[in-house]
Amino acid sequence: MKRRRTVGAVAAAVALVLGLAACSGSSSGSTSGSSGSGSKPVFNAAVGKVYNPSTKTGGTLRFANSGDWDSLDPADTYYGYSWNFIRLYGRSLVMFASAPGAAGAKLVPDLATSLGKSSDGAKTWTYTLRKGVKFEDGTVVTSKDVKYAVERSLDKSVFTQGPTYFNDFLDLQGYTSPYKDKTKDKLGLKAIETPDDQTIIFHLKKPFSGFDYFAQLPATIPVPEAKDTGTKYKDHVISTGPYMFQQNNLGKNFTLVRNPNWDQATDPNRHPLPDKITVQLNVNADDIDNRLLAGDLDVSIEGTGVGPAAQGRVLADPALKAQSDSAVTTRLWFTSINGQVAPLDNIHCRKAVEYAADKVSYQQAYGGPIGGDIASNLQPPVIPGAKSFNLYPTPGNKGDITKAKAELAQCGQPNGFSTSISYRAERPKEKAAAESLQQSLAKAGIKLTIKSYPLADYTKLYAGKPDYAKANNLGLIVYGWGADWPDGFGFLSQITDSRVIRAQGGNTNLTVRDPAVDALIDKAMTGPDLASRQADWVDVDKKVMDDAYDLPGVWAKGLLFRPKNLTNVFVTDGFSMYDYLALGVQK
Amino acid sequence: MFSYIVRRLIAAVGLLLAVSLVTFLIFFLVPRLGGATADDLASRYAGKTANAAQTHALAKQLGFTDPVYVQYGRFVKGIVVGADYSTGPTTVHCSAPCLGYSYLTQNPVLPDLLNRMPVTFSLAIGAAVIWVLFGVATGVLSALRRGSVFDRAAMGVALAGVSLPIFFTGLLSLTLFSYKLHWFPAGSTYTPITQNPLQWAYDLILPWITLAFLYAAGYARLTRAGMLETMGEDYVRTARAKGLPERTVIVKHALRSTLTPILTIFGLDIGALLGGAVLTESAFSLQGLGAYAIQAIGSNDLPKLLGVTLVVAFFVIMANLVVDILYAVVDPRVRLG
Repeated sequence: MKRRRTVGAVAAAVALVLGLAACSGSSSGSTSGSSGSGSKPVFNAAVGKVYNPSTKTGGTLRFANSGDWDSLDPADTYYGYSWNFIRLYGRSLVMFASAPGAAGAKLVPDLATSLGKSSDGAKTWTYTLRKGVKFEDGTVVTSKDVKYAVERSLDKSVFTQGPTYFNDFLDLQGYTSPYKDKTKDKLGLKAIETPDDQTIIFHLKKPFSGFDYFAQLPATIPVPEAKDTGTKYKDHVISTGPYMFQQNNLGKNFTLVRNPNWDQATDPNRHPLPDKITVQLNVNADDIDNRLLAGDLDVSIEGTGVGPAAQGRVLADPALKAQSDSAVTTRLWFTSINGQVAPLDNIHCRKAVEYAADKVSYQQAYGGPIGGDIASNLQPPVIPGAKSFNLYPTPGNKGDITKAKAELAQCGQPNGFSTSISYRAERPKEKAAAESLQQSLAKAGIKLTIKSYPLADYTKLYAGKPDYAKANNLGLIVYGWGADWPDGFGFLSQITDSRVIRAQGGNTNLTVRDPAVDALIDKAMTGPDLASRQADWVDVDKKVMDDAYDLPGVWAKGLLFRPKNLTNVFVTDGFSMYDYLALGVQK
Repeated sequence: MFSYIVRRLIAAVGLLLAVSLVTFLIFFLVPRLGGATADDLASRYAGKTANAAQTHALAKQLGFTDPVYVQYGRFVKGIVVGADYSTGPTTVHCSAPCLGYSYLTQNPVLPDLLNRMPVTFSLAIGAAVIWVLFGVATGVLSALRRGSVFDRAAMGVALAGVSLPIFFTGLLSLTLFSYKLHWFPAGSTYTPITQNPLQWAYDLILPWITLAFLYAAGYARLTRAGMLETMGEDYVRTARAKGLPERTVIVKHALRSTLTPILTIFGLDIGALLGGAVLTESAFSLQGLGAYAIQAIGSNDLPKLLGVTLVVAFFVIMANLVVDILYAVVDPRVRLG
């Protein structure tokens, strides 16, 4: 008896401690941050508009990252949050406007005086640089610094992570790298001309009307050749932006302070408010959410929203929910339908999959309506010019087995067929999506075997390697895709152009192989004006959906949390997260 | 004693080479058995949109196109004489012992490891002091007061300690003590001891207690069991009969022989922890060797992995050597060699 009472007492004590902690969580909303004048928090207050506008300078803006940067070096970075953040310490030729909602998806001149001027049938692009822009050490920025920056970004043996758009589009004529360049000032790339210090001219090997999107890449942020240390440059990137590096402990943290040589007169786009910016790296993801909710942290830098544990707390507590924003992103969760695996080589078998899929259940796999909106086509609606349409409508989006069976009859599989579906092992939502499809397609007689593969090698060695996918009967491939930037080319080109499919793997276009789609893409890339190009991308979307090469699932949303002491908060469609250039703190 | 130590150190070098070889083989041979080529392996470290030529060039640069024994030979050579690496505009020499350059960050691995050791050491040694003191003391008191309220309560708490996972207790204690009560600093706060010893200790109190809670529990139970056994021995009864004070009987006679198995366990525990208290470092976002290991595994970065594995192996080997030597000190019946 005595023993049981003691065990019971201990158990009660533990339960008490746990209960205290749990209860403490739910009331933390009322104690977070500092009190002070400011807007009243409301759910989605920062979507499409500025929440808590302010011009007050001062304070320290605190960021945390659950992982590590790919690289702080502008030549070597690909993450969306990095491109958002890099505008604080670097100025590219053009940039996404620091403005809420759709205005944030528009390009505005940054280092340049205007957007690019094209000539020679969109194969030549000319920019004029603003005068008076300086590096953090006071040296004046010239067009040659921009040319050098682009040249070094071409060297993929040194900068392995960054995008390859300049490698693919510039007329390189055999140029490899400034580190192998024998010319005196390492400016041997003929594809870029710098006739004077303010003018820079790009020569492409094929026309591309959307070149301004390349001009906003961090690779055009100027780099002084004399201070270029290659792989070591990321230890201290020389700033042209309003902030510069004070200290940098790679993999751990870094601090930015105001750059005394940044001149507001040369920069209409930025109004930097905080005096100091700190970023901590490799912080436990749940800890980041807990700190955000308690007001000990200002921004979770990845911008994908709070994790599932914190999401539950935020949505359940009205005070916390009022401090959150459901940001629509340029990310689509979808399933590729592999035309190289029989019988999915027959379009009607693919259409059967489109009709049989229960999209509501697929949405549930990604967290229900808060995880995203049901997608009926590829381009997320937040991309400028995108149009939503549904070629395979089903009652309540729950699937239409009758129509699916009619399609199966047409492809010679009236009783269904068997194939495999793959997903990335470390993604529980993708597993749930695969299971959801397994259940809904089974009703039409389509039997799916679920296979999981490691995330790190998914596109390189398995689902993204055509021979492997074919040999292993991967008829359906669960995947996701976020635009490199919010426009048709940035979203669609990598996942629908059959000419980017590589036999050795590493593909992001897993299944779309249609020369008609390729022709539409070429048209969209060279269209004379923005409106016609946007219409062309809608046509690409329609053709891929008509071919039934992709089953769109969910247009993703992230639940962002804004602590009370943040000012000037808004979601920008340029990066589908809070705009890091505009943020301030109130103390 | 001296020749014993020298023999053990030589064996340690052999063991470390074996560990590095096995790690190498796992990393390279296993994917090959699955049919992966050198380019396939290199594509892990190439950017999203790298084409075939770029990937192949990277494969050559990282040495994947060479046979595995050549790559391993290069690694061993780096440890012995150092190696040269290109930064782009220049070539730098990585002096011996060079543990290679990270495939992803292209930074040398050894400075990273040295940088992170103080964090892991601080965490492990501080927690070790706490858990040994509390664990052994609790175990002794429990054994002496067997069946009492204290004994049952202590063993109950010990049960909780060994059952609750660290990432749970860690996050919970941060939420309660750091973010709610503001008694302790937030996660990822670390001040080097050379900068401010008091701040260093204050920053680490919560991680120490969380980590120590887990181990103290096990040590308390172990000590209690050992003491109960020893207290019943004849020589303890004789010591008491001789009229020795109870404190001397317990500490000098009973506890001393109980300590031998505890010393063994302690050697294993501290050896492994010095190589990285993975769960605690993750929960508290401390940038030590454990966190480094997780990042290396997650990014398939072999040089980092090799570096961390060797460090862990080294500490486990050394800790066991020290423990074996201490046996001879603690227990005069033990002869080394």
